[in-house]
Amino acid sequence: MALLELKDVNTYYGAVHALRGVSLKVEEGEIVTLIGSNGAGKTTTLRTISGLERARSGSITLNGQSIESLPPHQIVALGISHAPEGRRVFARMSVRENLEMGAFLRRGADVEKDFQKVFELFPRLKEREFQAAGTMSGGEQQMLAIGRALMAQPKILLLDEPSMGLAPILVEQIFDIVKEINQRGTAVLLVEQNAMMALGIAKRGYILQIGEVTLGDDAAKLANNPKVKEAYLGV
Amino acid sequence: MSRLTSRLPAPLARLAARLTTHFTSHRSQGIFFAIVALGILLPILSRVPPFGALQSINAWTNAFTIAVIYSILAIGLNVVIGFAGLLDLGYAAFFALGGYTYALVASPFLNIHLPFWPVLIIGAIIGAIFGVLLGAPTLRLRGDYLAIVTLGFGEIVPITLLNADKFTAGTIGIGGIDKPNIPGLYNFDLTNPWPFYILVLAMLAIVVIVVYRLEDSKIGRAWEAIREDELAAESSGINTTISKLQAFAVGAAIAGFIGVFNAAKLTIVAPDMFGFVVSVSTLSAVVLGGMGNVVGVGIGAFVIYLIQSVFLKQLSILFTQLSIPILKDIDFLQFQYVLYGAALVIMMLRRPQGIFPARRRHRTFTDATGNSK
Repeated sequence: MALLELKDVNTYYGAVHALRGVSLKVEEGEIVTLIGSNGAGKTTTLRTISGLERARSGSITLNGQSIESLPPHQIVALGISHAPEGRRVFARMSVRENLEMGAFLRRGADVEKDFQKVFELFPRLKEREFQAAGTMSGGEQQMLAIGRALMAQPKILLLDEPSMGLAPILVEQIFDIVKEINQRGTAVLLVEQNAMMALGIAKRGYILQIGEVTLGDDAAKLANNPKVKEAYLGV
Repeated sequence: MSRLTSRLPAPLARLAARLTTHFTSHRSQGIFFAIVALGILLPILSRVPPFGALQSINAWTNAFTIAVIYSILAIGLNVVIGFAGLLDLGYAAFFALGGYTYALVASPFLNIHLPFWPVLIIGAIIGAIFGVLLGAPTLRLRGDYLAIVTLGFGEIVPITLLNADKFTAGTIGIGGIDKPNIPGLYNFDLTNPWPFYILVLAMLAIVVIVVYRLEDSKIGRAWEAIREDELAAESSGINTTISKLQAFAVGAAIAGFIGVFNAAKLTIVAPDMFGFVVSVSTLSAVVLGGMGNVVGVGIGAFVIYLIQSVFLKQLSILFTQLSIPILKDIDFLQFQYVLYGAALVIMMLRRPQGIFPARRRHRTFTDATGNSK
């Protein structure tokens, strides 16, 4: 049984049919990437998984339990964390408070351990622990958004465009950290415009076109697929 | 603070520093003493020229009492607007519901005379219930749309009170409302404003302490997260539905609570006492005082009330007595909205965060043992 599985998911924005029967799987311990051009439905897929949008039909299961009709906070509680597009940190709160918000549903002493884990992954955040999040650079805010999502102790992390607007060197750093997070046991569903890099760290990938999954394969094979190369890798 | 204390002699400075640390960790005590000090200071100040010349000490005490009512109202509205970021333009409706609750069960109108104290709690509960009733259908609305719906609600309530005259005496209102007596211990006397003044200060202390505690609680943190970024709050596992309803309920409960006292103090409730103007002036107080800052919005409401009900009134009387041409014919009370308007425009241009901007204190959740981490 897959950790996360979408079967024939259809999502609409009013009359706009945004996801047209999307099916995909994320297994335990995998990094899976969703690739597609603007408006293909990548973000909508993540939003539908985390309950921010409602699927009109189809099923979404986490470890076999169906979650498609649950509200977002219950989905977080079950182990799906979403670091939304555009970072969306709480600008006026400090770094530490942002991380605390990520652990909102949890209580007890092990939250403190998770602070240490996040600070290990992102030493920069430790340095800025009491600084207001809005005053940090884009890269630092992205780190915080990922750290905040990790504070919920997710089984699977949904990352939406973590490289957006970042300098290439920072993008590389972020991707290294995503790999590191994955090696520590968290599955990752990664949405990226930077297809080359995403396929570089992912085990498998899906190509999304106008709301439909047109191709799903091992990341290495996708990276060598001539059509994919032409359309998304700019080769 | 440090600038102040550095000029004091050393022992006094040490005392000030100790008191500061003490009251930072025991905020409820700090609030209590601050309100007691304020309660003593205000009547003394009102004797000092030029304030003393304006009106008698009893008139001042009455004015202070009502000003504190509006402070409490602003502190309640601040929970909804300042903490949770939900724009509510019909807040006076809850104030009305509290007042009418007490009027119906403690006046000759239905010839029921329930004691004041339990009704104080009932008024808060009724406020909370209507807060949830208003909040539930409007959860999906944001900003302007929410403002329009709450504006409608704020109109519906007084209009209903006006037209349901079998139950509310319509436009005449319900008079002869019972005083907040303590059975067997103390009876209030309408000619003596002092007990009302002490009671309203006690209510202020309760409301401020409750609101501060809420602000620092998990509920308060959830409100702050929703105000900052609702989507991120949802992604962090906050139940935004429950959280917003809690904000509406708490805000409305405070209005219901003080509405009961307001009815007992004025001994009359009528629909025109709870119109849009009340909602707007409370909102102005919140904006002027500094959205999110409990003390700021309290002071904002207090000052606004005193300006309109004391200074503008006295100004009119003064010019009439001196019979200065033109000026004596102006009713300065009519100018209050011009003043609000001007003040709001100037504030929005010069200091949009309010006179007392909400300063963020770093907050941490407390663990199970109650120790701050």
